[in-house]
Amino acid sequence: MSIVDERHPAAAGDPSGRGSAFASPSAGAELTIVEPTIFERSRAGRRGVRFPQPSAAARAAADDEPGLPEAARRRVAPRLPEVSELELLRHFNRLSHLNIAIETAFYPLGSCTMKYNPKVNEWAARLPGFTDSHPLDPEVLAQGSLELQWLLAALLREISGFAAVSLQPAAGAHGELTGMLMTRAFHRSNGEGGQRTKVLVPDSSHGTNPATATMVGYTTVTIPSNERGGIDLGALRTALGPDTAALMITNPSTLGIFEDQIDQVVAAVRDAGAIAYMDGANLNAILGRFLPGAAGFDVMHFNLHKTFSTPHGGGGPGAGQVGVSARLEPFLPRPLPVLRRGDAAEVLRNAWNGRATDGATFGLDWDRPRSIGKVRSMFGNFGMHLRAYAYIRANGGDGLRGVSNDAVLAANYLRVRLADAFDLPFDRICKHEVVFSGRRQKRQNGVTTLDMAKGILDRGIHPPTIYFPLIVDEALMIEPTETESLETLDRFVEIMHDVARQAAEDPASLRAAPTTTPVGRLDEAGAARRPDLRHRFGVAPVPGGTPAD
Amino acid sequence: MAYTPHTDPDRAAMLAAIGVADVDALFEDIPAAVRAAGWEMPAPLTEQELRAELSRLAGRNRIPDVTFLGYGAYRHLVPSVVGEVIGRAEFSTAYTPYQPEVSQGTLQSIYEFQSLICELTGMEVATASHYDGATATAEAALMACRLTRRDVVAVSTAAHPEVRRVLATYCSGPGIEVVEVPAELAAGASGQTDPSRVAELLGDQVACFVAQQPNAFGVLEPMRELGEAAHAVGAQFVAVVEPTSLAVLESPAGYDADIVAAEGQPLGIPIAFGGPWVGLMAASMSAVRQMPGRLVGATRDGAGRRGYVLTLQAREQHIRRERAASNICTNQALCALAATAYLTAVGPEGLREVAELGATQARHAAAALRSAGLAERRFSGPYLAEVAMTLPDAGRRHASLTERGIVAGALLERDYPELADTILLAATELTTDHDIARLVGALGDVA
Repeated sequence: MSIVDERHPAAAGDPSGRGSAFASPSAGAELTIVEPTIFERSRAGRRGVRFPQPSAAARAAADDEPGLPEAARRRVAPRLPEVSELELLRHFNRLSHLNIAIETAFYPLGSCTMKYNPKVNEWAARLPGFTDSHPLDPEVLAQGSLELQWLLAALLREISGFAAVSLQPAAGAHGELTGMLMTRAFHRSNGEGGQRTKVLVPDSSHGTNPATATMVGYTTVTIPSNERGGIDLGALRTALGPDTAALMITNPSTLGIFEDQIDQVVAAVRDAGAIAYMDGANLNAILGRFLPGAAGFDVMHFNLHKTFSTPHGGGGPGAGQVGVSARLEPFLPRPLPVLRRGDAAEVLRNAWNGRATDGATFGLDWDRPRSIGKVRSMFGNFGMHLRAYAYIRANGGDGLRGVSNDAVLAANYLRVRLADAFDLPFDRICKHEVVFSGRRQKRQNGVTTLDMAKGILDRGIHPPTIYFPLIVDEALMIEPTETESLETLDRFVEIMHDVARQAAEDPASLRAAPTTTPVGRLDEAGAARRPDLRHRFGVAPVPGGTPAD
Repeated sequence: MAYTPHTDPDRAAMLAAIGVADVDALFEDIPAAVRAAGWEMPAPLTEQELRAELSRLAGRNRIPDVTFLGYGAYRHLVPSVVGEVIGRAEFSTAYTPYQPEVSQGTLQSIYEFQSLICELTGMEVATASHYDGATATAEAALMACRLTRRDVVAVSTAAHPEVRRVLATYCSGPGIEVVEVPAELAAGASGQTDPSRVAELLGDQVACFVAQQPNAFGVLEPMRELGEAAHAVGAQFVAVVEPTSLAVLESPAGYDADIVAAEGQPLGIPIAFGGPWVGLMAASMSAVRQMPGRLVGATRDGAGRRGYVLTLQAREQHIRRERAASNICTNQALCALAATAYLTAVGPEGLREVAELGATQARHAAAALRSAGLAERRFSGPYLAEVAMTLPDAGRRHASLTERGIVAGALLERDYPELADTILLAATELTTDHDIARLVGALGDVA
């Protein structure tokens, strides 16, 4: 298998790389437009889906009821596109060809865990028993949805070592918000709400961590990393005090390194009376090896779309469940799925053997007076819950351990294979990802990491995450995941060596990359200076128009 | 079932390259004191075993034969083409378009989504999506606080309880006070929010007033007057709307809303026990730098080709960290794509038909219940596709109908104790004359 053959369909010899499939129907625009917007494809009077007409009886009965008041009626109709179903499909199918995705090419985007998203999970998510289940249906009608949520929460507790789990948060950052709101509720319940105002974050943290702390009214204190890439324990101890609300720490860190003093970190935080928050974005590295709840953390968010294979969807939906220690459990968002009748151990045993338990009933517990309340309507991204449940059940405990083993193995393999071509700021065993620096290429060849990323695009795969974490100069953050074969990893090594060679031998060509993608480098500064954020009717589609029609 | 491709020889080759004897050596940096001792996890399942287990759970849900339950989540036709579009792996298995040259499909579809939401709402700018309508509303309120530098949020009690719950949680973070303006709920009242009550209760510290159209009882609010009452004290007017209704109801821009938030679920997204759905947010360009969440803009490449990028990112957490407009990162892109495909599939005529069919069948149901002498409309205010009815002994009769596979709408008493014996019936284009006949017949049977 060759990775470069997986690029999206661009005709050979076409310097635009767009391929004949992307020729615009409008000859004059062909040079400048890859695929017109759906509005440009619209023709007045064309129809896609049609709906039935109301019956005469319905109309007659409705006429007995008051109509819409004139003042409430819309005066100007929305200009939605008017296309046939086939034109719709062509439009979106052609757009889809402009994407790289996991199923088209290697996608080693660090911190994002771009693993295979199993198809059986998609099958399950489309079962009418799930898609047509109304969240406000009487509980007696929704026993399947409720049981699934209860079972998933049980599995996530076991995987994380926490006392309780909420499925409500809709994304990782949303889980962080939930965790910080619980942190504050906890300190308030101890009469320390006014005094504990600071959240400590390592300098390698995700940007969502400090942004979340701000949303909860906390101020952020940045803790430096030590020379080995871990949190500086001395600096942490100095910063901890009676004003500390929490430490938010990603483990393994965004450098892909397990905090090898994590036991001391957690102990220091708890000794200071603060909450130990673990950002669980990198859980894919440590399944079955490290249980954050058992290790003393108070709260962690899971990213179901990372560790548990729910599709990333081009930027969501995600899901950011939170696990908590016993002392935070009263503050969890409400409601929680509960077993109303039945023996929990028996229900679990039966479910693990594919059986229902006679007489077991499930419900939602709203009676949680110390809860922080709701963070999302209804009960979270249920469709993601069921995919994650399917993934965990498919793997089982042994499979999940194998997931982390193979993810860590692949990352360390790339660490060793690429160490000759790129600087490795922290040369030690890594976990699920490895962070290189492009500083050598920048210094010696005048080629930036951005240039190299664009060169990688010309080789038909997605580049690693770049310029993150912020503490690594010209960072290249590579996360291969466990689902890529050794041949793919080896081909990636070849590509990276090839890019390094190009940087050394022909830096100018790298600075001009990419040349084989549907568009070349885009003017991002211009996009921000003259925002063009929506289609403008009756105006040629050129950036720089006035903001409103 | 394992999804990893590695054979034992592959693993041996990688371990040899790394120079370690076994995979356990790669985990030795975990301090011995906190290494996992073990866990109690189920055994792996094959695909057929997994399908059986998920079929078992799906089968435990009982999907009603007839349902009038809406109250924030609406059963609509999801055109087949919508499932086809979002099922494409090129969309569903990509991530945030950090590399625009290989993400034009996602980026252009988001630009089209933003454009469609602007058209529906009449507003100048729309974001790339939020988790749901409730969090979009909460983020809109926080945005209003930033815009006005005020720290009180006012909301009508006729906004959906789920929206108000999430709003309260979000506002508790930075310590923003939430003031509720009571709607007119007495017997025979309009079911609306009275603009004069808003004027009385809003002080000059109020950053915004939040009202929902149609409101939680399906009643149409006097949005123009409510907005004027908010503007009179210098507050922003946040309109929470239902997107299909905008085919027939005045656009928020038409009544001078400042910020619009909405639950986008009715636009081609299954109810799926509450999610994933999609939150919509729109505003004016003058407020764009205080908007939370992602925005896609059009620009050009070096050869002059049109292309799309994530833009105005200086608002966002990955650049600005603790000074960001919000912590939002991953949002609901694939659901936004579903909404984009839906609005394209139905077009302006189709969306109008959806709104009008729902309105007609809601009236049909209300008239049928009234003429059968079973229930009366609870409120005098106008409504669109959801109608609150007074039904004597509602709790018992609702439960009896559930047993017969009929969900007689939502019981409002749990959220509104003053609305005892009140059911809220929702109709959509999927509501048939037969459904209405069965509802009326069954309610008569359990009288």
